[in-house]
Amino acid sequence: MTEAPHLILLLMGVAGVLVLATVVGQALQLRLDPRGTNPVLQNLNARITAWWGMVALLSIAFLAGRAGVILLFALLSFAALREFLSLTAKHAADHWSLAASFFVILPVQYWLIWTNWTGMYAVFIPVYAFLLLPVVSALHGTTKHFLVRVAETQWALMICIFCISHVPALLTLDIPGFEGRNVMLIAWMIFVVQLSDVLQYVWGKLIGRHKLAPNLSPSKTWEGLIGGALSASLIGASLWWMTPFSLTEAAGLCLILTAMGFFGGLVMSAIKRDKGVKDWGHQIAGHGGFIDRLDSVIFAAPIFFHLTNYGYAV
Amino acid sequence: MERLKAALQSAAALATGKAITLFARFVTAPRALWQGIEPDLTQRVYFANHSSNADFVLIWTVLPARVRARTRPVAALDYWLTSPLRAFIARKVINAVLIDRRPEGRVEDPVAQMAAALDEGASLILFPEGQRNSGDTPLLPFKSGLFHLASQRPQVDLVPVWISNLNHVMPKGKVVPVPLICTLTFGAPLHLAQGESKEAFLARAEASLLALSGPQP
Repeated sequence: MTEAPHLILLLMGVAGVLVLATVVGQALQLRLDPRGTNPVLQNLNARITAWWGMVALLSIAFLAGRAGVILLFALLSFAALREFLSLTAKHAADHWSLAASFFVILPVQYWLIWTNWTGMYAVFIPVYAFLLLPVVSALHGTTKHFLVRVAETQWALMICIFCISHVPALLTLDIPGFEGRNVMLIAWMIFVVQLSDVLQYVWGKLIGRHKLAPNLSPSKTWEGLIGGALSASLIGASLWWMTPFSLTEAAGLCLILTAMGFFGGLVMSAIKRDKGVKDWGHQIAGHGGFIDRLDSVIFAAPIFFHLTNYGYAV
Repeated sequence: MERLKAALQSAAALATGKAITLFARFVTAPRALWQGIEPDLTQRVYFANHSSNADFVLIWTVLPARVRARTRPVAALDYWLTSPLRAFIARKVINAVLIDRRPEGRVEDPVAQMAAALDEGASLILFPEGQRNSGDTPLLPFKSGLFHLASQRPQVDLVPVWISNLNHVMPKGKVVPVPLICTLTFGAPLHLAQGESKEAFLARAEASLLALSGPQP
């Protein structure tokens, strides 16, 4: 495990940040709101508690190695797909294509990643599932809202299985001089993207004035976006020595990652508004659903995968 | 020997109950919205829309364990006593009040059975549509059982519970469930008003249930 020292270092750093956040959160609670009536502080502390759980889960998966990481993201895909398909248009005629999404397409995609079949996992959902799944729905009756139904289902597959599976797919890249350390690509990417989310929230709460997309996400501000993306990129770039990238390359990738993460939040918010819900789910206290927490990673992972694949892998 | 058998049977019933609620959580991640009541030990008749045999399982799953222990689903005897496994689940696991839907040749009056269960202190889960709804209308017309129960035990809270999405999880006749999130919305309790007619009361009960079916925050 040549990656272990860097991974342990990064995880300890994150744990340190969480200790600090917990102390600050509890101190704010005690000083400003001893009776526990302020919803913003309640939510902040619920979020910090949930972060402990998420970081613990991710750490266990990392330390368990390839199987652990692939299993964790397969389960996250399952949870995300369940949230997404709960909101999409469907009909009794779609029963078998929806069941196949969960019990055939999802396991097959992660099995392809497990077996390292790069050419196949890149096209399985965009080509094979895209063309064949609507056939199942078409054969089972009604054509009412057919295009809406199959299009929304395909979106669910792309977002919740294809995109999320590109996180563990980073393990399959063959980067000269970086052998055996690919898990650092995942740890670093998730760290940068999620740090950007957190810092956008912090900057926005501290100095946010100018709303960025009031119809979509009333809490997003220009100050939050710029402050969060830049500070997260700065911190991410300063960790370049853990990655296969040079300092400037790492900085450039950080800017792309934080931009994609931001776009992910925007697009997934637009879908929520369209469907009339505030959160994708309810299972992560303070955060909402799994997609609410993963939206930025969902958009960043495939782009990061392809840039790293074309630029650094053989 | 008899005592050992009884102990084994109740252990099997407990394990089956746990397995059923765990499976329900895995497949549907059910979420309860307590809009009109709190999840406490008040005696109630929960009445819900019925699209799948898993309906009562979901209500049962989201009720806190203490409340669940004294809540009995009202279920059709002509469905639940057709196989030994079903009979075991109905009698031992969920402790159902088994009623006969076929008026001809039944020995016990369903409303009297439900009233007797209430008198013993139990809460009930009831599906007043009387059968699973697999059509396009959100709700089938209510049977009169709810009205008769309300007039015989007027002090008991009648709580509407709207179950969303379950018709897509497990449509009638399908064996493989599609995992989708189900929301259970518990509304404000209803009582039979003084001199209210059967038709007026059933219409009011249907409306109170349908009112919970809108998009949830």
